[in-house]
Amino acid sequence: MTDMTMPKTEGLAVSSQAYRKRIKKRYAAERRFRAYGIAAIAVAVAFLIGLLGTITAKGAPAFLQTNITLNIFFDPEKIDTENLNGVNFQAMARNALYDMFPEVTERREKRQLGQLISVAADQQLREMVRADPSLIGQRKDVQLLAGDDLDLVVKGTYDLSQPEAERPVSDVQVAWIDKLQAQGHLARGIAWPFLTTGDSREPEMAGIWGAVMGSLLTLSVTLAVSFPIGVLAAVYLQEFATKNRWNDLIEVNINNLAAVPSIVFGLLGLAVFLNFFGMPRSAPLVGGLVLALMTLPTIIIATRAALAAVPPSIREAALGVGASELQVVTHHVVPLAMPGILTGTIIGLAQALGETAPLLMIGMVAFIVDVPANFTDPATVLPVQIYLWADSPERAFEARTSAAIMVLIGFLILMNAIAVVLRRRFERRW
Amino acid sequence: MKFINLTMVAAMTAATLATAGAANARDQIQMVGSSTVFPFSTAVAEKFGSSSKFPTPVVESTGTGGGFKLFCAGVGEDTPDIQDASRAVKSSEFETCASNGITMTEIKIGFDGIVMANAKAGPAFSLRAKEIYLALAAQVPNGNGGFMANPNKKWSDIDPSLPDVAISVYGPPPTSGTRDAFVELAMEEGAKAIDQLADLKKDDKKKFAAIAGGIREDGVYIEAGENDNLIVQKLEASPDSVGIFGYSYLEQNGDKIKGAAVDGHKPTFETIADGSYELSRPLFIYVKREHVGVIPGIKEYLAEYTSDKAWGPEGYLSEKGLIPLPDDMRAEMAKTAADLPELKM
Repeated sequence: MTDMTMPKTEGLAVSSQAYRKRIKKRYAAERRFRAYGIAAIAVAVAFLIGLLGTITAKGAPAFLQTNITLNIFFDPEKIDTENLNGVNFQAMARNALYDMFPEVTERREKRQLGQLISVAADQQLREMVRADPSLIGQRKDVQLLAGDDLDLVVKGTYDLSQPEAERPVSDVQVAWIDKLQAQGHLARGIAWPFLTTGDSREPEMAGIWGAVMGSLLTLSVTLAVSFPIGVLAAVYLQEFATKNRWNDLIEVNINNLAAVPSIVFGLLGLAVFLNFFGMPRSAPLVGGLVLALMTLPTIIIATRAALAAVPPSIREAALGVGASELQVVTHHVVPLAMPGILTGTIIGLAQALGETAPLLMIGMVAFIVDVPANFTDPATVLPVQIYLWADSPERAFEARTSAAIMVLIGFLILMNAIAVVLRRRFERRW
Repeated sequence: MKFINLTMVAAMTAATLATAGAANARDQIQMVGSSTVFPFSTAVAEKFGSSSKFPTPVVESTGTGGGFKLFCAGVGEDTPDIQDASRAVKSSEFETCASNGITMTEIKIGFDGIVMANAKAGPAFSLRAKEIYLALAAQVPNGNGGFMANPNKKWSDIDPSLPDVAISVYGPPPTSGTRDAFVELAMEEGAKAIDQLADLKKDDKKKFAAIAGGIREDGVYIEAGENDNLIVQKLEASPDSVGIFGYSYLEQNGDKIKGAAVDGHKPTFETIADGSYELSRPLFIYVKREHVGVIPGIKEYLAEYTSDKAWGPEGYLSEKGLIPLPDDMRAEMAKTAADLPELKM
């Protein structure tokens, strides 16, 4: 390299006017290009902030709920300890509220007053008595879940300047709520039902946990099926298969599968898993299998790309010191390709996490109250829950929809974080 | 190496999972069908699950047509027990069911009003069925006994008394039961009010159905998907536009939107229940008789559905937006739900 002489500046056109101009132009072009890039990123970030901002602003109230404090008398005459399920605790809560508003006597008004307490109060009181039977016969201040209309009035969702007939709460109800608030009977708290229960038709009782569990169970089946199959298929195709017409055909088909609309996998799932194998409807097991089919091509393609990126020198060196082909693959090539394989898997799973279309045909777009506990319990998944809530007429579901989207995004961030951690681990080995 | 073991374990877990699935018997009721009936069936399911010894039924929202496909697929644990429908069963669906050995019972559960509404800030609409037809049909009479593409751009083009704003209507897509009902109740009724079309109906029913039911595709009618909440949001953004959706959405969003009067009647709970507001349709559930007694809880679920505390005028379903049947019909349908007679067609 030393024998190469530096070009002499004299005599060349370096200092000429035209050269300077050209240089200037090139620098300007580069600056412009950078500015475009920054602008593109700025636009993307602005959209992202706008989207997340509106979702957070809309969804955040759903994580809080209004509780109403009532002085409940656990009337021993009405509580049959042998048959707690048959006891009307709702009436007990309602009577406590009626006592606070003795001026309300008309049946219709009483009904409206009763609506300020959630129907969940029944269950809440029953659980309290079950946990502590000594409550019976006592009088105690109890915090109960408020009805959805009360909650939305307190949160300021309803436009109360509109005429009475045209909003879901009446003037007397608003007056009652104001009075309760002035007397300090209303309190804000964390919306535990939202975080710990399954779906419900009553917005204040509807929870996201059922869908979170459903997604978790479904994705674990998807991972358990698609990861080993996908990786083994890719390793064979990339490392062992000879190039012939059959293998070309398989390769083309795998690439095509990646582009098939997801509803098609749902139809396949209905025909194969439900009708032929007789698996149960609405089960995370079937959902996971269908989504695994959908995820497979993504994993195979990503894995093959990762394997191809491992330099041939590694393989040759391993073979050179006497490793068998299998040892080359399992000891060297696959571990080296692992970061790429994991990235592909996570992308595939993230895609699967957001799918609703293939789940429609196998019965997972459904109203399910009980939180699923195993792979054959009826379950639904997060995006389906978002879709169902977005479609519900009750106003209180608006905030729940956004809150559910926040949970879904949180889920995705968690998955990506796991991927990053795993990638770091595997990268450090080599 | 570790990696191989890992994949083996994963594959084996998957295999065990797959075989475990087929074994256990179903003990909860499965329902499929209309997204319009979905809010009501789910409300009953939840009450039923919390107040009886049976598990909460699973209710799927597949659309009426999609539901019947699943419902009519056969008899057995892997097929649904009850079908929600926002229209009566079609004869083709009935035949599929019959050929698969299914007999069913039809239970009418109540009415749903279809409303045309716009934002509070927009003009007040009072429409007649004929005007709805003239605003939305692709083909309208041209005055010489023939038909022409719909020339109406503004509501005031149809009748000077209507608001002087461009016609712009957000409505459901053709796959929706709401759309079918809207065509039947508003468009066809409106078309019949025009002599030329009334004559056509007598001569050529098919052509009448095509002309009366053909909704324009020149951008005036905007298909807004099955999500009625989305339509409500769009109406707020463009106050002159009109949306078509189920009554319960108007009830819940009464502070944001207002319903258009049809033939002089505003859509309210009372006018839909007494039939004076004409854009209303009955809602049904169909019960697979073969499953009664096999899948536990069907009779009890139906009893809950048809109890006065559910579907009565003061019941919880009316709070969800279901318009109750008249008293005598409720009594008759409650008896049907108890006896489960076979539906004949």
